[in-house]
This record gives sequence, C-alpha cells and structure tokens, in this order.
Amino acid sequence: MNNQTKKELAVAALQNGIVIDHIPCSSLFKVVNILGLENIEKGITIGNNLDSRSMGKKGLIKIADVELPKEIFNRIAVIAPNAVINIIKDYEVVDKHRVELPENLIDIVKCNNPKCISNNEPMRTQFHIIDKSANAFRCHYCERIVNRENVVLK
Amino acid sequence: MQNRNLVSISDLTKDEMLALLKRAQEFEKNPNQHILDGKVVGSLFFEPSTRTRLSFETAVNRLGGRVIGFSDASTSSQSKGETLKDTIMMVANYADLIVMRHPLEGAARYASEISKVPIVNAGDGSNQHPTQTMLDLYTIYQTQGTLENLTITMVGDLKYGRTVHSLLEAMHFFSPKFIFVACDELRMPAQYKEYCKKLGIEYEETREFNEEIINKTDILYMTRVQRERFSDLMEYERVKNIYTLTASMLKGCRKNLRVLHPLPRVTEIAQDVDDTPQAYYFEQALNGLYTREAILCRALGL
Repeated sequence: MNNQTKKELAVAALQNGIVIDHIPCSSLFKVVNILGLENIEKGITIGNNLDSRSMGKKGLIKIADVELPKEIFNRIAVIAPNAVINIIKDYEVVDKHRVELPENLIDIVKCNNPKCISNNEPMRTQFHIIDKSANAFRCHYCERIVNRENVVLK
Repeated sequence: MQNRNLVSISDLTKDEMLALLKRAQEFEKNPNQHILDGKVVGSLFFEPSTRTRLSFETAVNRLGGRVIGFSDASTSSQSKGETLKDTIMMVANYADLIVMRHPLEGAARYASEISKVPIVNAGDGSNQHPTQTMLDLYTIYQTQGTLENLTITMVGDLKYGRTVHSLLEAMHFFSPKFIFVACDELRMPAQYKEYCKKLGIEYEETREFNEEIINKTDILYMTRVQRERFSDLMEYERVKNIYTLTASMLKGCRKNLRVLHPLPRVTEIAQDVDDTPQAYYFEQALNGLYTREAILCRALGL
C-alpha cells in the first residue's frame, strides 16, 4: 500500500456519516465543543496536526451515522470559515460543501462587552460581519467589534 | 412609514441630518410651537443625567406635549429586577414616543426592536448619544455657516469620549480635517483612525496642545479628562494641566474659531475663556433644545 492510499484511508474509511475537514488546528477543539461530541455515542475520530496540501496542517473530525442540523455548521463557520463538510453514504462522498457564514449571526456569538445589553437581558445576540474575510464581527447592540480569535460562542 | 427611531448617529443619512438641522433652525426662531399638543412622551432615565433630561423635557414642554417617566432607575421597577423589555412594553402602552437613557450599551437598539412606539436614544452607556452629536453639528453649522471643509481639533479624552467618536462619524459627510490632541493613554482608538483612512479623511495626531495647533483650527472641541480613566494619579494630574485651554492661547486664533464642549466642564477650559468671543459652549447647550425639538418631531412624523 503506498503512502497516498494510506492517507486517503485515514480520511475516507467511513461507511455513513460526516467528515468535517480543513479545520484550523487551533480551532479543532472548539469545533469539538460546538458539536457536543461528548454526547454522541456513535463512532468518532478526531485528528489534528495532519498534513494538508492547502493548509500545511489541519484538523479533521469524522462522525459515523449522524446527520447534523445546518445551524451547527453556521456556528462552526464562525471559528473555522474554511472547513469543508463531507457527507458520506456507502463509503462515497455524496455531498461536499464549505461551511457558510451567514451575514447576520443570530444567537451564535456571545458579546465580549460585559456592559452590552445582550449580556444583561434574556435576549438573542446578533452580530454582523464587517469585512469580506469575516475576521471581525460587530455587535448589533453595543456596536463593539470582536475579532475572530476573541470570539466566544453562546 | 420609514424608521423614525433615532438610536445611533449612523442611522441618519446626510440628507436626514441636513433636514434635522433645517428644522432646528425653525425652532431656534420660534421654540414654542403646538406641534405635540395631546402627545405623551415617556422619559425613561435608567441612570441620572440631569442636563440631557431637562433639555428633552423642556423640548417636549415647549412643543405642547406632556412628559411621564422617571429620572433614576431606583424609582422604577428595574430596582425590583424587571427586565428592560417589560419596562419598555409597559411604557409603550402609555406614551406616543420614548426618550431613554440607559447605562448599558445597546439598550436603545434593543428597545427600538421591541417597542411599538419610536425610541429616541438619550445615551446608552459609552456607546451612542446621537442627540448630542446633532446639537454639535447644529452648533458647528450655526457658527461657521457651513459644515464643509472645516478643521476640527479634538482635545482631551479621545479614547473613551463617545461624543468625539460620534462627531467624527457624523462629519465624514462634509470633507473635514481632524486634529486629535491627546496624551498616550487617551489617544483616538485605531478603529476611528482606520475609519478616516478608509474614507480619505485627513487627520493628524499630536500630544502637544499649543497655539500652533489652535491657529489652524475652526472648531476646537474640548472634552473632559476623567480621573477614573487613569491607573496612575500622578499622570492624571500632569495631563489635566497640559490639556487646559486658557484665554491667552486664543490670541492668534482664526476669527471664526469657536470653542465647544459637551459639558460638564471641570478644569479643561479656564474660566477666563468664558469672556472671549470664541467661547460657545453655553450656546451649544442651548442648541440642544432646538435640535431635540426637531428630533422629537421627526420621531413622531410631525
């Protein structure tokens, strides 16, 4: 078996389920948290610092026999905007798409400003993306800007 | 009907700003008009601000409207733990319009989303205070005859001072030039300098506050340097004196220069400046009445 096949095996040997690929290494465990993997009883593989042609190093999560709601992918997009979702059926990739960051993040990000109304009332948070690369978000309420690395998810 | 809330200065287009200034001019000529006859305005001050509250309530009274509300959260159900939402829902049943001041940032935006009557923001924490900005604009227009191509020098606390940030944003429509004068601790935040760069607005930044700066200025916008901003009190004492304007510093200034200050003033403008023709901060405060009359009418579509 050559090296290339071995690598592919590490990624693709899943009969049914989801592979979340191209996660920045530093964000991998945040994504694990978002997914609530500790509550999933299906087979899970978590890889990090794997070689990647496009990213250098990357993280990857495989979950067998699950379907996840779209909202979860929106949340992942906040911290891993280039992550790719592969839906696997019968060992085949039947769908492959990037996570998509919505223009407005409703109730996904928590505001970092303790004096923001959204941290003091029972209400939904809202953030707007302020640049194309989506590295910063503006709170709809207190208008503070939060950079991606400081984002806290709700 | 279009959105008639006024939450943030950036909610206004250039045309809307100019229309408000024009309306304020009418109220300057005749402040007493019966436009709000039969209207009830809720004046909700979740934190005390006597100056702003009196200005708003005078505006309502001079337009023939009536005021309900509170001037301190301790006399409202907030002190019993009521949410802002519940207070707003309740008052929106009684009043035609709500003027609110709140210590938390974003409170007015949130209120505007849940209220069935228009919200006018009278200050939300350190975030926005759009009626202050409108009265600043009005004063600049009144004293200079134009808003275009002016050099505006901002002095003092440029880091935390929301009035300077909002004024900067509002002026971007009018090709201004800015001079930012502040000590290192209180410099204009990078976010606003980026904003200027992006829009091609010329600015310079300096620690020096002297005649050379003053003599190339049209509007000298002074702000209060607050002791609580400093971790080092020695530093505060030093800075406080450097950024004090005295009458002698105005000797060689442009004839059209006016000194503005959002008030309250402490030591940053010496008393002897009050007697110079450049002092304009008390008139500026009076302009708050006219601009707030205009803003109340806009909010009610009257």
